[in-house]
Amino acid sequence: MSRVDRGSAPDALIDRDSPLRFTFNGRTYTGYRGDTLASALLANGISLTGRSFKYHRPRGIQGAGYEEPATLVQLSGGEDATNWPVTRVPLSAGLAASSVNCWPSPDFDVGAIAQVFSRLLPAGFYYKTFMWPNWHLFEPAIRRAAGLGRAPTSEPDHLRYETRFHHCDVLVIGAGPAGLMAALAAGRSGARVLLVDDDTAIGGRLHADGDLVDGRPASDWLKDIAAALEATGTVRCLSDATAWAHHEHNFVMVTERGPCPAHVFQRTWRVRARQVVIATGAIERPMVFANNDRPGVMLASAACCYVNRYAVRPGKSTVVFTNNDSAWHAAFDLHAAGIAVRGLVDVRPQIPASLLKRASSAGIVVHTGAVVQEALGGRHLRAVRIASRGDGRKTTIDCDLLCTSGGWNPTVHLYSQSRGRLRYDPNLAAFVPGEARQGTIPAGSANGAFGLGSCLAEGRDAGHAAAERCGFAPAATDLPVVSDPAYRIEAYWGVESFGSVKKAFVDIQNDVTVSDLELAVREGFGAVEHAKRYTTAGMGVDQGKTGNVNAIGLLAALNGDDPGAVGTTTFRPPYVPVEFGAVAGHRPGSLLLPYRHTPMTRWHKERGAVMYEAGARWRRPGFYPRAGETMEQAVTREAAAVRNGLGIYDGSPLGKFDIRGPDAVKLLDFVYTNDWDDLGPDRGRYGIMLSDDGLILDDGVTFKLADDHYLMTTSTANADMVYRMLEGLLQTDRPDWRVAVTPVTEHWANATVCGPTAREFMRTVGTDIDLDGDDFPFMSMRVGRVANLPARMFRVSYTGELSFEINVPAGGGLQLWESLIEAGQAFSITPIGSEANHLLRVEKGFLSPGHEVDGTADPYDLGLGWIVSGNKPDFIGKRALEIRRASGGPRRELVGLLTADPHEIVPEGSPITPDGRKEASEGFVSACVMSVARGRSVALALLRDGRARIGQTVSIRVKKDVVRAAVTKPVFYDPAGERLRS
Amino acid sequence: MLTIPCPWCGDRHESEFFCGGAYEKARPARPETLSDEAWVDYVTVSPNPAGPLVERWWHQRGCGLWFFLERDTLTHDIRPLFDGEDHEPR
Ligand SMILES: [Zn+2]
Repeated sequence: MSRVDRGSAPDALIDRDSPLRFTFNGRTYTGYRGDTLASALLANGISLTGRSFKYHRPRGIQGAGYEEPATLVQLSGGEDATNWPVTRVPLSAGLAASSVNCWPSPDFDVGAIAQVFSRLLPAGFYYKTFMWPNWHLFEPAIRRAAGLGRAPTSEPDHLRYETRFHHCDVLVIGAGPAGLMAALAAGRSGARVLLVDDDTAIGGRLHADGDLVDGRPASDWLKDIAAALEATGTVRCLSDATAWAHHEHNFVMVTERGPCPAHVFQRTWRVRARQVVIATGAIERPMVFANNDRPGVMLASAACCYVNRYAVRPGKSTVVFTNNDSAWHAAFDLHAAGIAVRGLVDVRPQIPASLLKRASSAGIVVHTGAVVQEALGGRHLRAVRIASRGDGRKTTIDCDLLCTSGGWNPTVHLYSQSRGRLRYDPNLAAFVPGEARQGTIPAGSANGAFGLGSCLAEGRDAGHAAAERCGFAPAATDLPVVSDPAYRIEAYWGVESFGSVKKAFVDIQNDVTVSDLELAVREGFGAVEHAKRYTTAGMGVDQGKTGNVNAIGLLAALNGDDPGAVGTTTFRPPYVPVEFGAVAGHRPGSLLLPYRHTPMTRWHKERGAVMYEAGARWRRPGFYPRAGETMEQAVTREAAAVRNGLGIYDGSPLGKFDIRGPDAVKLLDFVYTNDWDDLGPDRGRYGIMLSDDGLILDDGVTFKLADDHYLMTTSTANADMVYRMLEGLLQTDRPDWRVAVTPVTEHWANATVCGPTAREFMRTVGTDIDLDGDDFPFMSMRVGRVANLPARMFRVSYTGELSFEINVPAGGGLQLWESLIEAGQAFSITPIGSEANHLLRVEKGFLSPGHEVDGTADPYDLGLGWIVSGNKPDFIGKRALEIRRASGGPRRELVGLLTADPHEIVPEGSPITPDGRKEASEGFVSACVMSVARGRSVALALLRDGRARIGQTVSIRVKKDVVRAAVTKPVFYDPAGERLRS
Repeated sequence: MLTIPCPWCGDRHESEFFCGGAYEKARPARPETLSDEAWVDYVTVSPNPAGPLVERWWHQRGCGLWFFLERDTLTHDIRPLFDGEDHEPR
């Protein structure tokens, strides 16, 4: 193992006394507690860790945190997961990981053949090649070949996730130097603070950079500040918790891995904060040059982190390639850790004297005004070729590690998601936060303040400002003493790779090269959002954390523009990949929107009913198949039972509203098209509701219980919408009306018995209600007892047969149902589902929301002109209805259709066109069933000028055919309604 | 997800509410006195500014109150619009 020997100096974050065994691609290795999978692999000398996405090129580890673009791993075993950056997998005993995107191993990868053909796979290749006949034909195969990891195969609910809401005054994102000071300053001022950090230990870059704070190792200072935060009593700290979305009104999503208690795998915090301090740090940019993806090429900041934090030497001899001061300090740290620094290559001709002096005293050879042209080696870096930018002189230096730094990008993802503006700072060659759009304060490196001293100061000031905005007086907070070296940079985007035949990568993860960007610009996709989609730069799992700004810089160079003018692409959540479970939390599967059940649901299911979605999240029996029965046979049997004998169905989901108050009639007169002032007690009336555009919203029967008391029923699917409308009307438009609406749908269970023998049957059930037709006529109601339960009985009919709707308080629903079923045995009572109900209503031409009432029909279209009152000065929809009628244009009207072939069932929604030609439709089939009353298929349709065309023939287009049908009146059974009134 | 100020319950999560859409003015008391054009305009033209917009919201999964607020469609800045018993926009 290649660990740095620190002598007696302790390691802060790795425990050399706790070795952990793990496997990677099937081989067993050992690391230490506190390692990541990446640091442990590097300590074991493993530099080839994966294969690339498109070309299957060998790849190593390039980063040390979430920015890692090159190596993604699949985890198996208890915590099945995929596409994790190797750098963010904490090492645990027995961890089993493998590289994604290669088979069988990164050393011998079958897909590597793609490298040979790579010249044939330029940007936009798939779009250009697989256009005809249809991209979607090719997409699945292409996705399979290109895919990253595979979806976990363990049970979906194998791991426990939970979500919780959290409210605080100040949310501080990032526990580096800036975030810690912000949390301390805000907490001491009295604000309730939540501090979240995506690392397993607070401190951020302090662990990686090896700085001294107050003259002591940073780890000592961190212990003090952790104690100070604890002492405030108002700061809560979450480690290993990543803020990944910043929405409106400072709503921030944070997912915590490995929270307490241990049985919870991840917990997502939905945080609502009054102020947010964004102290998310900065991410280093790699340099762009030929073969800059070879294993052994690494970010300077990452190499520094491996040395200082994990005591791992990522190589034996290194070259450092940079355009800024920070990589020089990295080089000095590598040198101090015993790595031979073979050369320091800086694109800048002039280097500050202090850096040159330190390099010279360390014996490091400096190449100023030079670039690395190419990394040499295949599966492992062997050497680098450098060239002077002045005279072009080339030199080759042997090394197994190349550390690059193209400068630092403030991590502005969350700030940008919060709609904060970004601006390009030419002095930093980076995009930095501009004007904020919410209560968000960027601080420290995230704000472009890269020095440790300025991070600490900005953090404290941001904490004070946030607390003050929340109404707290800032409490004095001292800053520790640190050295604060300058950060100077000269923008360099890798333009010397233009025209290179060797691959110089911009987006390592998505295999996007400089020549891809050149092609995009040549072909007219040079705008940043176009180039992103054309080349897929920045569209990987890492969302271009390392590559995006280089791509912007290169586009600027190609377009002859300034990076600020090119601008950034849109930063979108999530900042890091998030498991679906972490979003769903406790609510996997259909629990997300729970179904509503009637008291009889269990009975239906136990009888083998096939359950249907009935709208408004109700589930109803569709049909009750008997052994060996097809759906069609079951539905026909159920419908025939109603026509010839006795059926029963569960009508509980029907929308029911209790309307009470002296202005109840006023309300009914306003929302329904017909008149309500003359309705007698215990009588019901059918009504249709319009919206103010004159189109039908819903229909239903309303009963009068007393002068100031009505019961309104609505369709199941529209009940919630009708309630919303009624409440909105009464609360905001007519607040002076003295009437209240109470939804009582769930308060009543409803069993409806229907069929020619219904009255005879009801007499045997035991009721004190007089069932005689003269005493209890159609469209009336009675209150009494049924099967020893208090009940309301209604005579309405949606099947066209004699029907009794029995409503009892929901608690008695099952008792009622079972009593009726038991008593009904003598009558061969048949439970029917919504399929049979549909069949029966189509035979009668009754309307159904979603079929005939489709949001485009008015009452006249559906033959309901008789229900529109001419007596009322106003009702909802009246004016629009009048205007539409006055215009006189042809309308689609409800008709019946009889297909030429009596066995033909036409799919719902089939268009009717002139002579069956492929042209604009003149209507559509709204429903088609095999009628039990007529022994043939019957259909309802909305047809242009339909009523005038009764007797004519129309043509319906079905899949590959045209079906002829005769137009009829929209009623196929008992047109006089004698049976339902009987 | 927005924070919606309910006049009765205070600041609550958007998922508790139903947005009733833009609200320009009360429904005309006597529609028959309007010209056809004015009525069609009232029914079909909904305000859609890039900026402040008065909306009706319903605290469906809370107290059940319908109320008005002003939301900036560009910034999501929300200004409550209610005074006391009267829920008409100020
Ligand atoms: Zn409320």
